[in-house]
Amino acid sequence: MKHTIKNTLAVLLGSTLLLIAGCTQNNGSNGALGSDIAQRVYVAPGEHDEFYALVSGGFSGQLAVYGLPSGRLFRVIPVFSVDAEKAYGFNEETKAMLNTSYGFIPWGDSHHPDISQTNGELDGRWVFINENNTPRIARISLSTFETEEIIEIPNSAGNHSSSFVTENSEYVVAGTRFSVPVPQQDISIDEYKGKFKGAISFIGVDQETGHMDLSFQIMMPGFNYDLAHPGRGKSHGWMFFSTYNTEEANSLMEVNASQNDKDFIAAINWKKAEELIAAGEFDVMPANYAHNVYDESTHTATSTMKKEVRVIDPAKHPGLVYFLPTPKSPHGCDVDPTGEYIIGSGKLSAALTAHSFTNMLDAIENEKFDGDAYGIPILNYDDVVAGVVQQAGLGPLHTEFDGKGNAYTTFFISSEVVKWKVGTWEVLDRQPTYYSVGHLMIPGGNSRKPFGKYALAMNKITKDRYLPTGPELTQSAQLYDISGDKMELLLDFPTVGEPHYAAGIPADLIKPKQVKLYKLEDNNHPYVAKSEQETKVTRNGNEVHIYMTTIRSHFAPDNIEGIRVGDKVYFHVTNLEQDYDVPHGISMIGANTSELLIMPGQTETFVWEPKQIGVWPFYCTDFCSALHQEMQGYVRVSPKNSNVPLKWTLDGETR
Amino acid sequence: MKAVTSKILILLLSIGVLVACNSNQKESSETTSVATSHPKGQASVEDDVSQKNILQVAAGSEAHSTLVAAVQAAEIEHVLVNAGPLTVFAPTNDAFAALPDGTVENLLKPENKGDLATILTRHAAPGSFNVEGLKREARKGRKIYMATGDYLEVVVDGDEIRVGGAKVIATIQTSNGIINVVDKVILPN
Repeated sequence: MKHTIKNTLAVLLGSTLLLIAGCTQNNGSNGALGSDIAQRVYVAPGEHDEFYALVSGGFSGQLAVYGLPSGRLFRVIPVFSVDAEKAYGFNEETKAMLNTSYGFIPWGDSHHPDISQTNGELDGRWVFINENNTPRIARISLSTFETEEIIEIPNSAGNHSSSFVTENSEYVVAGTRFSVPVPQQDISIDEYKGKFKGAISFIGVDQETGHMDLSFQIMMPGFNYDLAHPGRGKSHGWMFFSTYNTEEANSLMEVNASQNDKDFIAAINWKKAEELIAAGEFDVMPANYAHNVYDESTHTATSTMKKEVRVIDPAKHPGLVYFLPTPKSPHGCDVDPTGEYIIGSGKLSAALTAHSFTNMLDAIENEKFDGDAYGIPILNYDDVVAGVVQQAGLGPLHTEFDGKGNAYTTFFISSEVVKWKVGTWEVLDRQPTYYSVGHLMIPGGNSRKPFGKYALAMNKITKDRYLPTGPELTQSAQLYDISGDKMELLLDFPTVGEPHYAAGIPADLIKPKQVKLYKLEDNNHPYVAKSEQETKVTRNGNEVHIYMTTIRSHFAPDNIEGIRVGDKVYFHVTNLEQDYDVPHGISMIGANTSELLIMPGQTETFVWEPKQIGVWPFYCTDFCSALHQEMQGYVRVSPKNSNVPLKWTLDGETR
Repeated sequence: MKAVTSKILILLLSIGVLVACNSNQKESSETTSVATSHPKGQASVEDDVSQKNILQVAAGSEAHSTLVAAVQAAEIEHVLVNAGPLTVFAPTNDAFAALPDGTVENLLKPENKGDLATILTRHAAPGSFNVEGLKREARKGRKIYMATGDYLEVVVDGDEIRVGGAKVIATIQTSNGIINVVDKVILPN
């Protein structure tokens, strides 16, 4: 009897302890190893993520779409680089998107996505992203996830301080990272100081169509303009730009551009600039830059070269620009949700600087200036600074906000994210990143209304975080839960190219706007065939146009004869499907140009120049249906001077 | 006796601890309903933008309520929303009513699900055959291969088209294929 009780007690103790231990683990005190961490990023099969993360593709030139918290990759949107998968930049319709004043540029270096805003809050209409190398800004529809427009920025070189939107998306800005002679001229590089200029562009956005127009440029001193963010709320109407190389050095920049104790944050009163434009207080300068627009109705892009730009000289217009001294080559220039504080992340400084907008206005009103730079007033550091986050970390880069009074700053050198309190400037928490973090993204973290649940750190160095893949490793992002007092690392996931920055938004703001297909009746492509009866083949000299259709599971026509060596054959293919997620592809043996991936209701075109006689197949490249493998056709190619007549059939009959 | 009581106590205690555990996880348990997320497969996809698929068209037709009930009883809904392409010869309610008394009721019984599925599948062909397509098949002397492996003959007489003996009385283009409404249930020879 006694024995039984003893045993029972032992079992009791044992099992209770086990269960308690199990509980403890579920409560997450084991960090990333805890099972509840896995559950917090687990999105069950068939379920949707809570947020979209639009992550810059860096030197891939593209923009990647992920879900948060899962980190799953949904789509890579081609923006500044050609993309074989979607024929972007290869098919006849989209080549014009990559036209520039330098001609067709097949690649780009995408940097900072920013989602359009209304009243300072994310509205989910468009996302803008800048290209650094050949200065451009793209606008991407968040209904189609397609690049709809790209505008080139003249007088700029290294479009880094971009593409941030004002609080009603009135403007997207573009400040040049590299100053250059404006206009360009053949002078010695030694003449940099004073002769090189830094153009800051304000690109107006049509609120109905989203169409961009270069409204004006402010021709600033020859500094490097790094990042920017808009005033919001009380500071709406102002835009803040970080600068470095106020030394105006032009060689061994890592030393020569780090000499000054303080560089500047440039505060630009763009409402004032609008007044100047309205009053005709600007110069018109000759320019040459491309404006490329994709038309959803013709499914075709056109490129227009623009020939002039309106320029404002800030030295001639007091009240337009002020300089706020900010320590040591600031990178991030971030405005808190209230619009009061402008945070400068001096990347060579150990401290963060918070300027006060109220202090700035006060100093301006009382004309408390500490000299000027090229006619632009410099304010006193002590007059504008509101606080300093001391000893925060090493190498501060960028700050986002959670909407609960906290700020989160990344530190590249010390590889960490540091949480601090806006207003008291005290450090609240710090978590390591793996490794060397660049930017940070909180959905809406640079708007009036952040969604402070997750923070995404985008790291520059990967090393041993994933299975190795030779010398080149994927870039890496890390997801933190920031809903509690302490940040918790939840997840690592790989990213495409170098994620310079990202924009996040609740999925519910985007999902209801999704386009599922293009209506065939609205298709105004000049070579559309809206039914199989409209399919045909026409010849004009050596130029042949095939008006072709696709529907599960055949091409019409699928047998074509009368093509000759030396012809230039345009395949204009219309996808007749009106069903969500049923694209068709087409590829032609020997086509040096492109394959196509055609959405329902869309028309796309590729060119084929047959060089050999014979009978050559084409086929559907996207597994469309149970009879996909049967979806194919043949083209007969005859010698150059052949008399074989043009003939196009399906099942032996002309439609 | 005492031992038994103790064991019950252990059980109760353990449950208590487990419940405590669960309550700590309230937030995460909401996202883990894996098995029930899409019980019907593609048939449960919500899409009011695309052209209607075969199942959606049939479900919207009063004259096909028996067919739709049969499709549901046979649990072959997702076949009819698949990418296809499919041609479905859809017997009307009158066609089902013309079968011997009790046939339909009997087929709708759960134990006859397999037979019902076979009968329905004999009305579906891979490929798109509208009126023009059916006439072409007849003209070229080709039979239509059905999903059960049967081959059905197409006979055209003036404007009248018969497939496997059933007369086509209407043709509807859908997103994933064709519905040919027929006046007869096509039974095996």
